[in-house]
Formats: sequence, C-alpha cells, structure tokens
Amino acid sequence: MDVELLEIRQHMGQHPPFDRLSDSLLDEIASRVEVSYFKTGSDILTLNDTVSDLCYIRSGAVEVYRRQGDLYNRLGEGDIFGHFSLLRNQKVRFPAKAIEDTLLYFIPKAVFQQLCEEDEDFADFVEVERPRLETAAEQQKKSNDMMVTRIRKLVVRYPVMVEASTTVQQAAQQVSQAQASAVLVLKEGSSNPRYSFKDSEGQTWQVCGILTDSDFRTRVVAEGLSPQTPVGEVVSSRLITVQSDVSIYEAMLTMLRNNVHHLPVLYRQRPMGVVHLSDIIRYETHSGLYLVSNIFHQSSIEGLARLAPDVSASFVRMVQEGANSHMVGSALSTIGRSFSRRLLELAEEKLGPPPVAYCFMVNGSMARNEQSIVTDQDNALILSDDFIPEEHDEYFKALAGFVSDGLDACGYTYCKGDVMATNSQWRQPLRVWKSYFTDWINNPTPERLLHSSIFFDLDSLYGEDLFVEALQDLIAEKAPQSPLFLAAMARNALNRTPPLGFFRTFVMEKDGKHNNSINLKRRGTAPMVDLIRVHALACGSKAQNTFQRLDDIANTQLLATGMSDKLSYAFEFMCMSRIRHQVIDLQEERVPDNNIEPENVADSERHNLKDAFQVLSNAQKFLKFRYPVPSNRAGR
Amino acid sequence: MTFIRPRRKITQADWAMYMQKRAPLAQDPAIRRFFETPPPSLETPIAEVPMVALDMETTGLDERRHAIVSIGLVPFTLGRIKLAERRYWVVKPPRPLNEASVTFHHITHSEIANAPDLEAIIDPLLEALAGRIVVVHFRHIERPFLDAAIKARRGEGVMFPMIDTMSLEARLHRQKLWARFRRWLGRPPVSIRLDASRRRYGLPSYQGHHALIDAMATAELLQAQIATHYEPSTPLGALWT
Repeated sequence: MDVELLEIRQHMGQHPPFDRLSDSLLDEIASRVEVSYFKTGSDILTLNDTVSDLCYIRSGAVEVYRRQGDLYNRLGEGDIFGHFSLLRNQKVRFPAKAIEDTLLYFIPKAVFQQLCEEDEDFADFVEVERPRLETAAEQQKKSNDMMVTRIRKLVVRYPVMVEASTTVQQAAQQVSQAQASAVLVLKEGSSNPRYSFKDSEGQTWQVCGILTDSDFRTRVVAEGLSPQTPVGEVVSSRLITVQSDVSIYEAMLTMLRNNVHHLPVLYRQRPMGVVHLSDIIRYETHSGLYLVSNIFHQSSIEGLARLAPDVSASFVRMVQEGANSHMVGSALSTIGRSFSRRLLELAEEKLGPPPVAYCFMVNGSMARNEQSIVTDQDNALILSDDFIPEEHDEYFKALAGFVSDGLDACGYTYCKGDVMATNSQWRQPLRVWKSYFTDWINNPTPERLLHSSIFFDLDSLYGEDLFVEALQDLIAEKAPQSPLFLAAMARNALNRTPPLGFFRTFVMEKDGKHNNSINLKRRGTAPMVDLIRVHALACGSKAQNTFQRLDDIANTQLLATGMSDKLSYAFEFMCMSRIRHQVIDLQEERVPDNNIEPENVADSERHNLKDAFQVLSNAQKFLKFRYPVPSNRAGR
Repeated sequence: MTFIRPRRKITQADWAMYMQKRAPLAQDPAIRRFFETPPPSLETPIAEVPMVALDMETTGLDERRHAIVSIGLVPFTLGRIKLAERRYWVVKPPRPLNEASVTFHHITHSEIANAPDLEAIIDPLLEALAGRIVVVHFRHIERPFLDAAIKARRGEGVMFPMIDTMSLEARLHRQKLWARFRRWLGRPPVSIRLDASRRRYGLPSYQGHHALIDAMATAELLQAQIATHYEPSTPLGALWT
C-alpha cells in the first residue's frame, strides 16, 4: 500500500459503505480519487449537470435539494452523494451545495461501477433502500449471547452433597427431598488438590464424584446392590466439572464432548452447584415461558407486581440473544396477556362468576402482538347481549377496575386516552359495539376516527372469543366497501411524519431544523402501523399483527410488487432500533422510553434508519393518493 | 532565512522570454523539451491553467550542502486534483544521510539504499512538469534544489515560474495593514506554514513530511485560497512568482 494514500483510505475506511470493502478495493479507490475544494455557499452539483463521479465528503458539510428546492438531505464528513443519478446514468436530479468550506473526494464513475460489480455490499448500499434494509434486518440477528454469558448465571442453588460413607438409600432420599437429580459425593482430605476445598468450619473436603438419577439405576439397582451400599463404592471416579466463569456455550460443549448431562460448577475448587443440560436448553429457548408460568402461579396483585422487573430482564435477554422485533413483540404481548388473564382469574375468584358472558378485549399494540417495554393498557369489555346494565354493570365495573388497577401495579400504566374497560363507554354489549363500528365506518370523519382508530386493532384476551370475532368480521366486511372511511383513516395516518434523517448529533427535519432526539414511536413505528392498517382494512384482512397484515396486503394488488417487503424491512428496522435503545436505557438504569439520541446511533444504523424513514415517507405519499376523499363527498 | 543565497531575480514578464531563450541553448534533450513546452501566459485565467503541485524532502535547507531524498507531485486544475496521475520517487542522495534528517523524513535507510540516483528520474520529472505551472509551498526549497541537482547531473539547470501558496498566505497575513497592526501590538505573526494555513480554510490535517501528501495538501490549499480570495478568472500573472 502506498503510504501516501493512507490519509485517504484510512478516512474512507471508517465510513459506510467503504468500511466493509476489502483492502485491495479500498486501495484502488484511494489511488483514483480526485479532490476538490468548495467554499461555503458554492454549488457542487447543479440541476441537469452531467454526473461523472460519486462525491465523498472528506471535510465540511453539504446540503442536497430536491428539484423544487426543498431540502432533501444534509450531509457531513464521510457521507456520499450523487450515486442516485450516477446509477441511472442521469443528469443531476438532486443539486448539492456546500454549507461549510468543504473538501470533496470524487470517485470516478468507472471506479464506482467497478465497485458496484465487485462488491455486493457496496452495490446494496448505493442501490435503492430495500436491499440495504434487508441486509441490515438480517444482520441484526446477532450472535447468541451464550458465548458471553457465564455458566454461573444458571446455578440457582447449592448442590446436594453427601459423604462417601452415606448409603445410597440415604443419598437417594436427599436427592428426592431437594428435588434435584444428582448428588456430589465428598470425602475428607485433600489427596486430589484439584477438587479439595475448605468448608465454612475449616474442614478440608474433596469432591470424589457425582451420582445422578441414572447412576442410581445403572450402578445400584441394575447391579442388584443393597440400598445400604455406601455411595463411595458406586460413584464413578470420572468427574467432569467446569469453572463458574466459563461461558454457557463452553459448558454445553463440555457436556456434549464428554457425553454427560450433569455438570458440577466450581468456583476455584469449591462446588457451587450442578447444571443440567435442560437448564441450558431452557436458558436458550424458553426464558419467557418461565416468566409466564410464574405469572400464573401468583395469587395476588402484589405477587404479580413483584414480577415486573423480570419482564424487563427477559426483554433484555431476548434482544441480546438476537430475537427480531416480531419475536420480542409477541413475547412481550404474551407476557402482558398473561398478566391480564391472571388478573381476570383473580377478579372472578374475588367477585364470583360473571352474571352474563363477556369477552375481555385488548386493543392497540397488545392486540397486534407488538407490545414494547414502554406500554400502557388499552382494553375494553364486550358483554353478552343479555346484559342488563342495572343488574350486571356493577359486577363488570368492579371487574374492569380490578384488572386495570392490577395492570397499573404491574407496570402497564393507565391509558391516557381512557381506552379501558373502566370507562362505561367501552363496557358495552356486543350489539352496541357493532353499532359503534358501523357508525365509525359509515359516518367517518378524521376527527372522530382519530380517537377510535385504536379499536381497529382488536383481539380477544379472555372469555367469549366469538364476540371479538364478530366485530373483526364486521370490520373486514364493511371497511373495504367504504372509501370515505378509508380516506379518513388514511388522512389520520398522515398526521405523523418521519424526519429526514440525521446530521452529526442532530435529527434533521424536512424544513432543515435540528432536534436533539427523536421519538421513534411517534415518528416511525406508529405512523407505519397506521399506514399498514389502512391498507389492511382496504383489503379486508382480519390480521392484527402488522407483519401478518403486510402478508395479506402482498396477496392483493394494493401495492406495487415488492413494496410490502420494503415496508416490512423498514418497519422491522425501526422497531429494532427502538428496542435496542430501550435495552441501552435499561442497561444504563434509565427509564426506557421511545426516544433515540443521534449520538447513540452508529453510522450504519443512521443510514438504515434514514432509508426506513424514506420508505415510510414515500409510502405516506402513496397512501394519500391511493385513498382520496371520494369526489361526491369532497365538496361538502 | 539568511542562509538562502540571493539570486538573480526574474520578473514575471521575463518568464516566457527566459524559457524561449533557454530552449535552443539546451544541450540535454529532456531539458530542451521542457523549455520548448512553456507554461500558459500570464493573462490566462487561473481556472484554465494546468498545474502540478510539487514537494520534495531534502536532507537540509541548503542546496549546496544538502540533497533531495524524495519528490512527490500531483497534476491538478482549479477544479480537480487527479490522484491517479500522482508521481512519487525516492532517490539516493550522493552524500550519506545523517541520522537526524532520516527520522525527519520517515524514509528508511534501506528505502534510500535501494533507490536510484536522481539522474534516473530527471526525464520523467521534467515531462510531468512541462507545460504546467508548478505549485509549491515555500518556493525557496524546490526551485534552487531542483536547479542545482539537475545542473550537477546534466550540466545545465532548470528555472521556471511557480505559484507559492506560502507567499500567497504571506500576502494575506504578513503584508496587510492588519498584520502590521498585530506586529505593532507584539502579537506573534500568523503562521503561514502548510498545516496552519490549511486549517484557516477548514482543510483537514494530514500527517506531514511525506513529499506526495504535502504536494496534495498544497494543491488543496491553492484551490481553497483561490475559492476564498480570488476568482476563477484571476489571471495567472497575479499569482505566480
């Protein structure tokens, strides 16, 4: 490598897409760049000029504009521009101007084309948004944290330990009592220094072996030995142990390599516990399930509330293990549903059986199975049409109050919009609910729907499922036939727009203003959910989950081919960014929120988020065009 | 800079005549070709002038006692600096290196030991410079060293006009009223060294003392100086010396 080009390649090598290029390609680019200086305020690319290079900002800052003069992007050190026109062999479509004294590296077209051909990552980066987001969404599946989590995390209690002179019967009894499946056999002395340790009374012991459930069968019963045989005589001299600080992964390998299912875990020479293969499997796959089963074992609100910290812990774990947003969202929803369900069971225990059938309906993110760690409760009660308010409402009011208070105690705060079963408007028999939905769909205005759109994500949580299904059917049947309703929903879906992207430590708005942080829910995931809901309603989909809705939409002609994939990747990426920042908040012991601060956003994430915002922004434009206010009503 | 020998001064208008006069007298074909390809006239707008940024590392500051160890150059115009056309040579000085200057240059002994004598690169060097305006930062190194080195090897030297980014900076910061006022106040003069000058234009800091990097840095500096204090239409005559 020419040392004189080090300056250039080192700089480029820190910024995407160049950071992923092979050294030889990087050298090739560095040796062929052309350099030029632009004073503040001077034009770099003028509309309809011929583009012959990819532009790379070595220092300074540049603004890129749309044809009409709107700001399209503001770029800083290490950013590139010009690739859009270059790829399409076009004249400049987005003029660019230096807003600070700027030094540019021009990468000649021939080099650019060579890069696109030789490096797939590079081609993905400069091509349209989808492939980049797709790659990014896939790469988010980070390597499993079994590699880094230490085995001691799985040790929950001291091992059962007996002296070698204990009879096998006594040992078996102790194992049974402790509900364990293995026992460590000790003897006095320190003939084997590797396994000898001092107990709290100063006596020296050494571990001479382990006796597992299956050993009792194969070594004792099958051999016809007496229950009075001392364990010391049957214990195997082969002892496989691990130190408490090895990774779970390493411990698992040790088990597999030695074909053992029990692994004594030692801290130095002292036994800390015994890990069974099933502990590892459970850790790897089912952590959320244990929390759920724990929820159903609680018999009071206080007990449930004590599990709240486990929810964040399990959330952090899941993300670290590389779960995607769909998995995280549905796991958190399952946990949230379990809390609600258990609270309903407890309420029924307290209040007695319900006087008429009911369905506890959930709305919003829980209905979509997209719950996040920052969430409130949205619920309602659909009662049987036999419901007589004077006789029955007292019961359901108390039931709703119990559940709502309980959820609040468990960290699911009260809904600010009062979408809760405690609100009598949302505690009604099925026929009233049907009239609500019919009215919303037949006589829509954006203002009315603003507050009721949350009910268009609906799912049954407990009780008579058929009630919610009846409403879902009603919506799926009526909504596609109601252009005015779709137009009103579409208009509401455009209320919240994404920002343009990032510039240094700021969030860039479309009007060029800067902000210090961005609420990724309000500016990203929520408008995306709103937008997809409109398409889903239009195609009569009964799915509630955004990804499932997209699948339904993809089966229709509503969107251009490939568009639903694009939306899906963009949504996934925004969700994961939000989730990752919430994990950072939790790890730094802050209250998690939906905000992300640009200084915490890595370069590659910025580019991907910007792409995702762009996908959302374009999709919003299409939505407006696809669901216009019907002309016969437009004049009203 | 008292150690620099006063030399015959050639005024701007004389350059074309000087080159013209030297061409038929030149014995060496490479030197003759060089003088037969004169740089643009002094009225040419700077935007149309083909230039070449040149920098060299030497074992010291006196061309009579010290020698060239490396030469870097990069052709450019006001619009573009073309790295693909860059040239860089390490050459073996006729006198042995002393330790101190070696560390200064980041060039190792073995690199120099394996390098050719400057003689081997005179032809390609003159070819790269011919027809272009040479741009340097501090002309009192490049011009006399090159002249002396070529004279020693081919019996005749070369002189040519240059744009010196350091003297352009000096015009701005050392000769203006404001600069005299600062001096009168006892303030240190504004630094016109390459890196300090570049910083004033928002140009990034490069790791110095490599002939090619410094040549590149000089080319960028000239682009910035002209973008800031002159016009693309400024005649060459207003800038060269």
